[in-house]
Amino acid sequence: MKTEIAIIGGGPAGLAAAVAAREAGVEDILIIERDNELGGILNQCIHNGFGLHTFKEELTGPEYAGRYIEKVKEHKIPYMLHTIVVDIAENKVITVMNKEQGMFQIEAKAVILAMGCRERSRGALNIPGYRPAGVYSAGTAQRYVNMEGRMPGKKVVILGSGDIGLIMARRMTLEGAEVQVVAELMPYSGGLKRNIVQCLDDYDIPLKLSHTVVDIKGKKRVEGVTLAQVDENRRPIPGTEEFYECDTLLLSCGLIPENELSSQMGVDLNPVTSGPVVNESLETSVEGVFACGNVLHVHDLVDYVSGEAKTAGENAAAYVQGTLQKAGAEIPLKGENGVRYTVPCMVDTERMADKQVVRFRVGNVYRDSYLCVYYNDKCMSRAKKKVMAPGEMEQVILLKSKLEEFEGLKSITIRIEQE
Amino acid sequence: MYDVVIIGAGVTGSAIARELSRYQYKTIVLDKNSDVCEGTSKANSGIVHAGFDNEPGSVMAKMNVRGNAMMEQLSKDLDFSFKRNGSLVLCFDEKDMDKLEHLLEKGKKNGVPGIRIISKEEVKKMEPNVTDDMVAALYAPSGGIVCPFGLTIAMAENACENGVEFQLNTEVVHITTKDGGYVLETSKGTFESRIVINAAGVYADKFHNMVSDEKITIIPRKGEYCLMDKKVGDYVSSTIFQLPTIYGKGVLITPTVHGNLLTGPTAVDIEDKENTQTTADGLADLLKRVAVSVPAVPTRQIITSFTGLRAHWTEHEFIIKEVDGAPGFIDVAGIESPGLSSSPAIGEYVAELVQGIYPMEKKADFKAERKGIPNVAEASFAERQELIKKNPAYANVVCRCEVVTEGEIMDAIHRPLGATTLDGIKRRTRAGMGRCQSGFCAPKTVEILARELGKDVSEITKSGEGSNYLTGYNKEDI
Amino acid sequence: MKTKELVCIGCPLGCNLKVEISDEGSMEITGNTCPRGADYAKKELTDPRRIVTSSVRVNGGHLPCVSVKTETDIPKDKIFDCVKALKDVELQAPVKIGQIVAENVAGTGAAVIATKDIYVQ
Repeated sequence: MKTEIAIIGGGPAGLAAAVAAREAGVEDILIIERDNELGGILNQCIHNGFGLHTFKEELTGPEYAGRYIEKVKEHKIPYMLHTIVVDIAENKVITVMNKEQGMFQIEAKAVILAMGCRERSRGALNIPGYRPAGVYSAGTAQRYVNMEGRMPGKKVVILGSGDIGLIMARRMTLEGAEVQVVAELMPYSGGLKRNIVQCLDDYDIPLKLSHTVVDIKGKKRVEGVTLAQVDENRRPIPGTEEFYECDTLLLSCGLIPENELSSQMGVDLNPVTSGPVVNESLETSVEGVFACGNVLHVHDLVDYVSGEAKTAGENAAAYVQGTLQKAGAEIPLKGENGVRYTVPCMVDTERMADKQVVRFRVGNVYRDSYLCVYYNDKCMSRAKKKVMAPGEMEQVILLKSKLEEFEGLKSITIRIEQE
Repeated sequence: MYDVVIIGAGVTGSAIARELSRYQYKTIVLDKNSDVCEGTSKANSGIVHAGFDNEPGSVMAKMNVRGNAMMEQLSKDLDFSFKRNGSLVLCFDEKDMDKLEHLLEKGKKNGVPGIRIISKEEVKKMEPNVTDDMVAALYAPSGGIVCPFGLTIAMAENACENGVEFQLNTEVVHITTKDGGYVLETSKGTFESRIVINAAGVYADKFHNMVSDEKITIIPRKGEYCLMDKKVGDYVSSTIFQLPTIYGKGVLITPTVHGNLLTGPTAVDIEDKENTQTTADGLADLLKRVAVSVPAVPTRQIITSFTGLRAHWTEHEFIIKEVDGAPGFIDVAGIESPGLSSSPAIGEYVAELVQGIYPMEKKADFKAERKGIPNVAEASFAERQELIKKNPAYANVVCRCEVVTEGEIMDAIHRPLGATTLDGIKRRTRAGMGRCQSGFCAPKTVEILARELGKDVSEITKSGEGSNYLTGYNKEDI
Repeated sequence: MKTKELVCIGCPLGCNLKVEISDEGSMEITGNTCPRGADYAKKELTDPRRIVTSSVRVNGGHLPCVSVKTETDIPKDKIFDCVKALKDVELQAPVKIGQIVAENVAGTGAAVIATKDIYVQ
């Protein structure tokens, strides 16, 4: 089997990339999706708040996915469901399996990686205690409650104030569970303000900042957890322990891009994001392989995923059509002084569009600071920011004209500076 | 009336059951847990020790070296994962070289093949990631690694196929004598038997003390472990031990037979025989200790931590004998490390003891071989296609991290002694053992378990009664 | 006079708003950085409203339930009544996105609609 563009993953990134590639004129596209329907994680995100940027209206997750699924169907873009990609070779031969067709290979000219991310597990957090039933990642619980109509617990403690954790605090409460507390290791929440107000405050659920779980009790099913306050080095402070009786511990402690397939095929990964190293075209270190969405870096808003995926789809289209210029000299982009990483990691000044969006996250809460862009050692812009927080993506825009004007450009650095 | 009742379906009980199944005994294995391999056997280092550490002439020494020698053939007969990766004991100080020499001497006396001391340079060539602060190492090429679940389940299944009964969820509460035999009262009825084999791990003292006035104490010795991602599974290639120093007995670091990296165990004697909780202090201590061997342990790659309890007898020796004054009651107690390595030899030896007490004919139709669940992750393209042709469910990947298919999970459920719990599936197929630790696959596995067992998903448990995965329906409490 | 404190959700800044409500009902708002903060506080204190999302059971579909939402926002104090009203609702597959699941939920005047297609399995 052959295809021009193979898209790995039929979630928001894969769908938007497929639509963009088709609209750029590529006929032969294939979306490969492991679940039994398109839409990815949006199918379980049944709350509202999606699409304000993309559609200028407030949609729920399934509705947002539905808009793109409609387009995929309108364009008659082929897709395969419950099909798992077992391997992608460097020459873009993709080995897949499904129940209907067994195991077979697909030869692609270009590949778009859109596999999304997974949640950090209890093990990775190294939370001590017993290992009973009742410890779930928030996303697993979300799938049960929102898609299966089943409750994973009745009396709940949540660790981590990421958006999924906050959203699940409200969902579990509305469906009849008692959510006792949300604990957050950091001195600030990793979630959106709006979610803290509407998911916790509305239901009088306390948020304990600088707290973590230090013990899990219960041999068979969770019987309770112990929270403790942590010091500035995130170490529990003895004497601050507090026991909460509960049958469930939900974990919302961060997301990790799923790049096992990418690294198998030789794509270079960025250790900070755990996502591929990409250039301005969102092309990875393997020519003709592009990445977008949460497999590239974890986003805060799906609207940005769709935007990024559109770029990846258009560039993949240009690549198979032979109109994407050969990569030339690439200027590295660096994040410094609180800017944890940048996507892309480099720009080709010839190949880039007139405006290049650079996205990143910051490592701490910064108030009344300046977001500065340096060309080599020269500060080119200095924008005052009232607040920047790790929970929300930030961006700067690079102009092609300015980059081209600058003589001897070797590197671009984005950094946070105080007064 | 049974000929033999075995208390405990861990690696020891299962090994004995398999050896006894060569004969025409009517044998039953009782275990209080919902599956075989639920106690000490499920949480240990997965090491097949070479056998240099035990006192020459001890039961431990004998069983270990014999068990190690048997393991390779057994792994072929019963189709479980085993690899001879060799082991090293690092010596960190010239002053301790005599201790290393002493270990070498013990190893030679115990009959450990190929054992020798190697230079620092040789160690570094074999293991570039070990510390520069060491002077030499004892190298035992016969050291190996095994899947503890694979070994235990393979022996139990083979015993089952050869006619041994297994009754799980059955706790023995009382043992009395009757007509030269024994009556065992359990949570699920009464069992009578001519011979009782006490392979109850940390509870072996409890059953011994029911029939003997010479009391023994088995102390649960707690050991905490950290398991790391397969990405760093080749960080070391052999099993690396530490020569005990003034700071105490060391910890090991080893690849596992499935390609992860494992470090542990700490050693703390406790009272509670059910206390398998990990502790912040224990895990911190472990990581500090292992850094002595391997300074840059990739701790960011930890995917889970766990605690195992060793069944430590105060005399640090295996007790494998008929109890004085209790004819037909055989203790297999104090089976701590190197218990896993010794298990095949213990099985063989206990079968001899039983033969001595109550001889029985061999079975003509004993099946010495057993085929495991197909491993789709490790199968070649052609093998996978062949499997999928037989059952399309082998093409449906349920656990992405370990590439475990619906077909394998269905097999795990429908085999002799099939899995009934999530943990049971995990130990038989590795579904949920990868880096996401079952975040994605647990709901799907629960669904397959429910479907194949004809139950509702709410009835499916993680590890038996009281560990239900779900608590009810949306809105039922409002 | 009464004092209320709330956090503005208008933007990531999350201003801590302080609202002093006089006995006559007039409000004085402090702590906001922009006019949106004041508007938000007034709305929250006089007529707080939310869109409610939940799920409803479906028979014969590719999934056992379908996600739903209130078509418009409803008074905050009606949230639980709204969810309760959905407790005994059962649909038959297929369900179309936008399909009305319950009219005038909990007397709020708002309809509850499906937010996803459920097809017959």
